Amino acid sequence: MIALERRAAPSRAWLWGAPLLAVALTMIAGGLMFAALGKDPVAAIRTIFWDPLFDPQFAAYSRPQLLVKAGPLVLIATGLALGFRAGVWNIGAEGQYIVGALCGAGAGLALYPMEAWFIFPLMVLAGALGGWAWAMIPAILKTRFNTNEILVSLLLVYVAESLLASAAVGVLRNPEGGGFPGSRNLSQWASSANPELIAGTGAHWGVVAALIAVILAYVVLNRHLTGFHIKLAGQAPRAARFAGVNPARLVLFCFGTAGLLAGLAGVFEVTGPAGQIGIDFNVGYGFTAIIVAFLGRLDPLGILLAGLLMALTYIGGELASFMLGIPVAAIQAFQGMLLFFLLAVDVLTNFRIRVGRRDIA
Amino acid sequence: MADILTLDGLTKAYPGVVANDAVSFGIAEGSTHALLGENGAGKSTLVKMIYGLVRPDAGTMRLAGAPHAPHSPKEARAAGVGMVFQHFSLFDALDVAENITLGMDTPPPRSELAQRIREVSRAYGLPLEPARIVGTLSAGERQRVEIVRCLLQSPRLLIMDEPTSVLTPQEVRLLFDTLEKLSDEGTAILYISHKLEEIRALCDHATILRGGRVVATCTPADHSAAELAEMMVGARLTAPARIARDPGDAVLTLDGVALPATHAFGTALHDVSLTLRAGEVMGIGGVAGNGQDELLAVIAGERRAAAGRVTLAGRDITRDGPDARRRAGLLTAPEERLGHAAAPAMSLTENALLTAHERKGLARHGFIRWRATRDFARAVIAAFDVRTPGPGQAAQALSGGNLQKFVIGREILQAPVVLAVNQPTWGVDASAAAAIRQALLDLASDGAGVIVISQDLDELTEVSDTFAALNAGRLSAPRPMRGLTMEEIGLMLGGVRGEAA
Repeated sequence: MIALERRAAPSRAWLWGAPLLAVALTMIAGGLMFAALGKDPVAAIRTIFWDPLFDPQFAAYSRPQLLVKAGPLVLIATGLALGFRAGVWNIGAEGQYIVGALCGAGAGLALYPMEAWFIFPLMVLAGALGGWAWAMIPAILKTRFNTNEILVSLLLVYVAESLLASAAVGVLRNPEGGGFPGSRNLSQWASSANPELIAGTGAHWGVVAALIAVILAYVVLNRHLTGFHIKLAGQAPRAARFAGVNPARLVLFCFGTAGLLAGLAGVFEVTGPAGQIGIDFNVGYGFTAIIVAFLGRLDPLGILLAGLLMALTYIGGELASFMLGIPVAAIQAFQGMLLFFLLAVDVLTNFRIRVGRRDIA
Repeated sequence: MADILTLDGLTKAYPGVVANDAVSFGIAEGSTHALLGENGAGKSTLVKMIYGLVRPDAGTMRLAGAPHAPHSPKEARAAGVGMVFQHFSLFDALDVAENITLGMDTPPPRSELAQRIREVSRAYGLPLEPARIVGTLSAGERQRVEIVRCLLQSPRLLIMDEPTSVLTPQEVRLLFDTLEKLSDEGTAILYISHKLEEIRALCDHATILRGGRVVATCTPADHSAAELAEMMVGARLTAPARIARDPGDAVLTLDGVALPATHAFGTALHDVSLTLRAGEVMGIGGVAGNGQDELLAVIAGERRAAAGRVTLAGRDITRDGPDARRRAGLLTAPEERLGHAAAPAMSLTENALLTAHERKGLARHGFIRWRATRDFARAVIAAFDVRTPGPGQAAQALSGGNLQKFVIGREILQAPVVLAVNQPTWGVDASAAAAIRQALLDLASDGAGVIVISQDLDELTEVSDTFAALNAGRLSAPRPMRGLTMEEIGLMLGGVRGEAA
């Protein structure tokens, strides 16, 4: 009989070993899936994990994409992780990301075609506030009326998507766009552009912001009472109340921070890689960031690595579907496996497997 | 008389610890047999093996001559073993008969069952109404439900685990009458308790376990409680002592404090008033579920009083939260160690930070001084003899007694003006309990006001200067402990107000 036995303390080794094991298991299971689809599994895995960075033909294009994709993922996931640590479940980062982009773009376009140094900072500020305000809706509903923040934040994503669609064909539509939906191109207007800072790296201001967010979150979680209280509330809510943590204030803080960072990610995206507000502006960063947050064990440094890994599977996945004709659905299943295996091996952190006779103790 | 149950060389090991090491003894038919030992001595493992919850690694049991090796509690019950657990497994929202049905392997139809419940409860002096909702019953009545549930299966051996820890003195007497009646009829009783006076009065034989081995067997009535305790601990115990001191000024007052219940079967506090003086130890007794947790929460500031005033050294702190109260010197330790007083998965260092950052200056501008925090945790560990490899250990890795010493020590080393504790020695072994009581008395001798909320009357008589009883969320007027008889205490616990008794 195989039994799970609770460890006296979480295992340090497995805390970091589990994600690596999950990646390895994903490669094996994914390889089997690709083989079942009639593709060469080794080639598929190499195309996903190796070619985007090192293939002489594709790396020039793919390598900068790594930071472009990882930037918003890490930025959003860092904010979400604070809440997840505290047991505050913000599932609506995608909506906060959209509203951040809308507010940032709106603030900038209101001043078009003025050229001034303050326009970009103003847009960043407006985007951050927009994401923050959108996150405050589920937070206040929770603290006031005890609504379920998972449902409210998730459903507000669809509201935000409708706002995006209406803005793209309405208030923010490019008057010189010949009637096509979508705003002016913000990356081509000098005052609002968020360009690549170092050529060939893909690093724009959003990547810088993500790095700063990771460092700040690390400091807050490990060196500051706020972080201590966040962890306490997540692990032992009664002990947190005993320690004087105000649960309502914590919900507002976690939602606010996550919304702010998601809003920032939105505004950096709309002024940089995306360039404009369009109906299909959002590509699911807000949802993928949830996976990234857990893949990184809700630890800022882990999230940095997980964000890069996730971005790699995206770029590599696109490459694999383009080069090897692997269906997009199979790529998505492959990404899903990663989360599945991570959660499955997670149990090893707190439990050890014991093979032998079973006792009911 | 012949032995109904004989244990021969029972051994059970868990990773890192031998819980039972070749335990052998017999329980005579119709006898009341005490099982004594500190926490961790192996009592629960032993009864779990008898009741089929745990399988022994080695050794055999015989029940009424036949081999007894139950694979499950169901098999044990079928063989004639009944057990009443310390923690009840009853559903608040169901009535008595429904709860009993749930515990039976082949329940009879309801009307028949109700009839049998009435018969059994009459025959054994356990007044119980089958249609009452369990959520409305007192702890003593709930225990009767569990006992009746066992008796309906006519057991030959009844195991009782700490049955009196939740009862008033009057209820204890009622229980003893029932147990005596049972043993007169030939039912053997295996009785586990920390209360040595009870065992001396009730039990014919005692087996004493220490470190998983049988260290002594005796007739309890032939030994004093102190002698029994020494056999359990294997060392001499000294009763807590204190330097008498005149009470000083009022340090904490509650004036007409009310607190609504948080859920359907929770307890509301009504018009609670008390005055605690510097150097005074006030004992607050009461049966579990009469508002102990709520009283501590409203003192700690974890919940704010809906009406009334709380003052600390003359300052109104009614609206202050836990942090502000700690800053002002009001410290508390709740009953539940894991999950309330301490975060289970966090290290002792982090748990030291939990309540001490205000008074010990462990954070500057919100930034944690980990080195100072670790030093403080080490100081608590050293001063209170907490047995642990170090402050990096997770709270959940400590034994109950060690964690409790850490929790109490954490508050005491912050030099409180007032310390309020709930069940400070619950489930703690005798030597740790004595150390904790002594620390509380020393604290009062140094001029702090101390409130001890406890269900253990022996503990309260030992440490308290004044005594008040909590009943259904109301607090009796505090009276001097000296001179109170057990009779009067029982009446106060039962809800008769102090002035009238």
